[in-house]
Amino acid sequence: MSEIIRAEHLRYVYNPGMPDETAALDDVSFSIEEGDFVGVIGSTGSGKSTLISHFNGLNRPTSGRILVDGRDMWSSGEDLRSFRFLVGLVFQYPEYQLFEETCAKDIAYGPRNMGLDEAEVQRRVQEAAAFTGLGPDLLARSPFELSGGQKRRVAIAGVMAMRPRILVLDEPAAGLDPAGRDTILSQIRDYHEKTGITVVLVSHSMEDIARYANRVLVMSHAKVAMYDTVERIFARAPELLELGLSVPQVTQIFLKLRQMGLDIPTDVYTTPYAVKTILKAWNARHPEHPIPLEGGGVHAS
Amino acid sequence: MLRDITIGQHFPGNSILHRCDPRLKIVMTIAYIVVLFVASNPLGILLSLALLALLYSLAKIPYRLILKSLKPIVPIVIFTAVLNLFFMGGEGEPLFHWWLLSIYAEGIRYAILMSVRVIALIAGTSLLTYTTSPIVLTDAIESLLRPLEKVHFPVHELAMMMTIALRFIPTLIEETEKIMNAQKARGAKLDNGKFTERIHALIPILIPLFISAFRRADELAMAMECRCYHGGQGRTRLKVLRFTRQDGLCALAMAAMLAVIVATRFL
Repeated sequence: MSEIIRAEHLRYVYNPGMPDETAALDDVSFSIEEGDFVGVIGSTGSGKSTLISHFNGLNRPTSGRILVDGRDMWSSGEDLRSFRFLVGLVFQYPEYQLFEETCAKDIAYGPRNMGLDEAEVQRRVQEAAAFTGLGPDLLARSPFELSGGQKRRVAIAGVMAMRPRILVLDEPAAGLDPAGRDTILSQIRDYHEKTGITVVLVSHSMEDIARYANRVLVMSHAKVAMYDTVERIFARAPELLELGLSVPQVTQIFLKLRQMGLDIPTDVYTTPYAVKTILKAWNARHPEHPIPLEGGGVHAS
Repeated sequence: MLRDITIGQHFPGNSILHRCDPRLKIVMTIAYIVVLFVASNPLGILLSLALLALLYSLAKIPYRLILKSLKPIVPIVIFTAVLNLFFMGGEGEPLFHWWLLSIYAEGIRYAILMSVRVIALIAGTSLLTYTTSPIVLTDAIESLLRPLEKVHFPVHELAMMMTIALRFIPTLIEETEKIMNAQKARGAKLDNGKFTERIHALIPILIPLFISAFRRADELAMAMECRCYHGGQGRTRLKVLRFTRQDGLCALAMAAMLAVIVATRFL
C-alpha cells in the first residue's frame, strides 16, 4: 500500500493579526495509506473540519505542507482544481448545496466540471446513484421535493460521481434518524469495500467510527492527540474520556467491569466482539458449564 | 475574500465613541457627510480627514480595518476620479487635449477632491458601524424617526426590518462561503474564466443561497410568532437610550470641530 495523504507540521491560523486570531491546526503531522478507512474524531472546535478542507486545497496552510498523492498542491505549477477531483469532499449538511432541477443533473455537476463527455457523465451518475440507492424515479425528481435523508444521499452521490481517489465526509450522518444514519454509513462502507477508495469519515459518534473505520485520528485542541488502529485507540479509552470524547457504550461497560476487578480486555468496541469476550471470560471461570462460542451460545445463556 | 466586507460590521470596544449615545453618533455622522460636501477647499478637506483620524484613534480601531473597508469602493473612487478628470470643464487652455477628451486644472482638482470625499464618506460611516452594534443602531434610528409616527409612518416595522437585515448579513456571508466551498469542491470555476462563464458559475451558488434565505425567513417568522410578536405597540426595551452629560459634551466638541471645518470655506 502506498501513502495517499501526508501532512507535515501543518498549521492554520484564522484571522491572522486580528484580536481574535486562533490557530485551528497546530503542528499536525500524519499520513494516510491508500485504501484506508480513517475515522476522524474530536470535540467541537478541535480542528477536524479545518483539517479536511486542507485535503483539497480549500484552505491554504499558514505553514507546513500537505501532500496528496505525493504532490504539493500549493507548489507552483500544480493545478489546484485537479486536486478537487482527486479528493472528493462532502461537507456537513451537504443537502444545502443542491441546486439543479433534477437529482440526476445535480449529481452530474461534478463530472461535467471535469470536462467528461456526456456518455461518461451519465455512466458515472448511474454508478453513483447505485451506490447511494437512488432509483430512476428519484433521479428524475427535483432534489427539493425529497426527504432530508434522500437529499443527503443525492449530495454524496454528487461527490462519488467524480470518482475521487479519496472520499472525505464531514459528519455525513448528522441530523438523520437512526435508520437514515445506518443507510448512509453502510452505503459508504459498501462503496469503500467495492471500490477500494480511501475514505476519511469525520464523526462525533464513537459507535460509528468503531463500526466502520480501521484507523482513527483523534483531534484535540488543534493537534493530533492520537492516530492508530481502532483496537489500539479504544484500548486507551480512559485517555479518550479525558479528552472530553465518549467511547462506545460497550467499551464503557467493559471499563466498568474491569474496575470491578474482572480480568477482561479493554479494547472491546463492537457488540459481537463483546459477546465473544464475555463468553470466553465465562468459560474460563466456569469450566464445568462451558457455553459454546458460536451459534446458539448466546441463546443458551 | 467575502469575509473582507467590513461595512456594517461591529468592532467591539469600550472607547468613548463606543459608549456615546448612538442617536448622537448618527446625527454627527450625517452632519459630517454634509460638512464633507460643504467644505470645498483643500484645507477644509484636510481638516475633515484629520478629524476622522482623531476619531478613529479615539475609538482604537486598527488602521488596517479602515483599509479593508475601503477596498470594495476602490472601483467607485477610480470611476469618480476619472469622470471628474475628463468632464470637468474649466476656464482657459486645457492642460491636455486629445480627441473628445480634455483635462483642465480644475478637473484634476475636482478629481482629487471627490475621491478624497468618497473615501472619507465611507471611512466616516464605517466608523459609525464599527463603534455601534447593529441592534443599538436600529434602536437609535427608531428613536430618531419616532416623530414620523404622527404621520402614520411605520417606524417600528422599518426598524425591525433593518435589525433583521443587519443581523443576517454575517449569517448569509457565512452561508455563501460554505456553499461556494461546497461547489468548489465539486470543481466549480469561480475565480477565473470568461465573464459569461462566471455568471453561469454563480447559479449553483445563488440558488442554494436563496433557498436557505427563504427557509431562514420562514423559521424566523415562526419563532417571532411563537414569542407573541405583534409589532411595536406596547413594547418595552431592555436598554433605554439615555442622553448623558458626557454625550452633551461630545456633541459640543464635535459641533465645534465641524463648525471650524465649515468656516474654512469662507477663508
